Amino acid sequence: MKSYAICDCDNFFASCERVFAPSLHDKPVVILSNNDGCIIARSSEAKALGIAMGTPLYQIKDFLEKNDVAVFSSNYTLYGDMSRRVMSLLSKYSPVFWQYSIDEMFLDLTGIASGNDLLSYCKSLRKTVTQGTGIPITIGIAPTKTLAKAASKFGKKYKGFKGVCMIDDETKRIKALKMLNVSDVWGIGRRTNKKLDYFGIKTAWDFTQKSEKWIQKEFTVTGLKTWKELQGVDCINVDELPEKKSICTSRSFADQGLADLSQIEEALTNFTAECSRKLRSQHSCCKMLTVFAYTSRFRDDVPQASIYKTIELPVPSNDRQELTGYVMKTLRAEWKAGTYLYKKAGIIVWEMTPDNAIQSDLLDTVDRDKQAALAKTIDAINLKNGQDAVHLAIQGHDKSWFLKCEHKSKQFTTNLKDIIHVK
Amino acid sequence: MDLLLFSADTSSETSLLLADEGVHAGFPSPAQDYMCNAIDLNKELIRHPETTFYARCVGDSMKDIGIDNGDLLIIDKSIEPQDGDIVVAYIDGNFTLKRIKMEHDGKSLWLMPENDEYKPIKVTEENSFIVWGVVTHNIKTQFRRQ
Repeated sequence: MKSYAICDCDNFFASCERVFAPSLHDKPVVILSNNDGCIIARSSEAKALGIAMGTPLYQIKDFLEKNDVAVFSSNYTLYGDMSRRVMSLLSKYSPVFWQYSIDEMFLDLTGIASGNDLLSYCKSLRKTVTQGTGIPITIGIAPTKTLAKAASKFGKKYKGFKGVCMIDDETKRIKALKMLNVSDVWGIGRRTNKKLDYFGIKTAWDFTQKSEKWIQKEFTVTGLKTWKELQGVDCINVDELPEKKSICTSRSFADQGLADLSQIEEALTNFTAECSRKLRSQHSCCKMLTVFAYTSRFRDDVPQASIYKTIELPVPSNDRQELTGYVMKTLRAEWKAGTYLYKKAGIIVWEMTPDNAIQSDLLDTVDRDKQAALAKTIDAINLKNGQDAVHLAIQGHDKSWFLKCEHKSKQFTTNLKDIIHVK
Repeated sequence: MDLLLFSADTSSETSLLLADEGVHAGFPSPAQDYMCNAIDLNKELIRHPETTFYARCVGDSMKDIGIDNGDLLIIDKSIEPQDGDIVVAYIDGNFTLKRIKMEHDGKSLWLMPENDEYKPIKVTEENSFIVWGVVTHNIKTQFRRQ
């Protein structure tokens, strides 16, 4: 049986602010968007006051004052740096991990411990992060990522768990699913939720009681995978269920890892292309960009290094060429002299805004309309001729860094080149 | 004594060349040949980069042990504070730099200044109090010419 842990920072932006303002530890805190326009993050106390995400500041200024709510402008540099600290600490606890967003990471703890030992392992992990960085985290542990996500919901909701909740047997699984609203299940979208409501499915348990055939008929492949994961069958990869608030694309590299700047550049350019594609498919632009690369923490015999840098874009963008430019500039600035074998690298784009509501910058020199037209044309060509038919030269051809996927089977069902051959 | 806190950027490496034979206060040695190792102060002074923060010392309540106004403090939040440690504490809405003193009965806790002009602070149940981090080094600037 697998053991996954999702480690999730509690109210991340508000918690970052509280590290440097400890007296606010039990006070309502809200964070404002760029130019202090509207509310983009809240502490649990602020949520309890009924302050909604996205509320314009001017509408509730009096209410905030009356309720003694601490108000902060967003400080992305700080959040990026605190994220670096938390993620770096978490990555020491397992050789296999996936950063899911700026404030969430999945760890594969299979074989590291089980039962009560696993629980203590995670408790000590939580203490290390919370004491060391000042950021409280909640950990959900289970045999599948979907169940781990469910466990973390309970860990956040009920104080008795002290931030670590584990679903590791049938009794706990059934109890949890019966208490879990189906709309709170990881991967169940709002659209799906409407449908579930129509069929009278209220809890995650109700969902699992439907037959596989029925689920297959009524839902997508992801719906079926979610159904399986809730039964304890491990089948969802982290990048299959992207977070809406941020997009993280990362990979582990094969064998020893990569040592050359040019190799990491090539890999990161491809990740950037992927992020850009995902951004455009959901009609968003990102304001913040985080670039990271780690050596293996589990090898004492080679020198260790890590890169984790967040930058703020002058104007939100989803353009591949523009984002690639920023990523390369950041990577080259952070690149460390000496020989390090990077085992993992990735890109996170975050602070998304809809692409039709971009606040332009007076000093912006990019012709945004022309840029969008070019991106649209390239997308159309690639749709017709295959992903990356037109790509940036720096993306490379041989994808030697991609070897980690060598055990991956072909895209039998989604790519014409990969379908099975029959005689 | 007030403190200004900073988040530490420990990602950079500023390698300085180390003359292996030490510094001679006499004739210069043909040093180039001996410059073989490099020192990175981030590595020397910071054991836990993820949990290390900087603060600037403002005031003179710790001057008797050589921590002065303007010193740069290196703070590690991961260290479990013990009796006698110099800590950045947060008490009743303010950050303060003091030495921690625990009574033998294990019940009372004092924040001790290192300057006779200041009084020790007894920490009681009524105080809102946390030890924010343990000070590992203070860095003092000696060269003050502009």
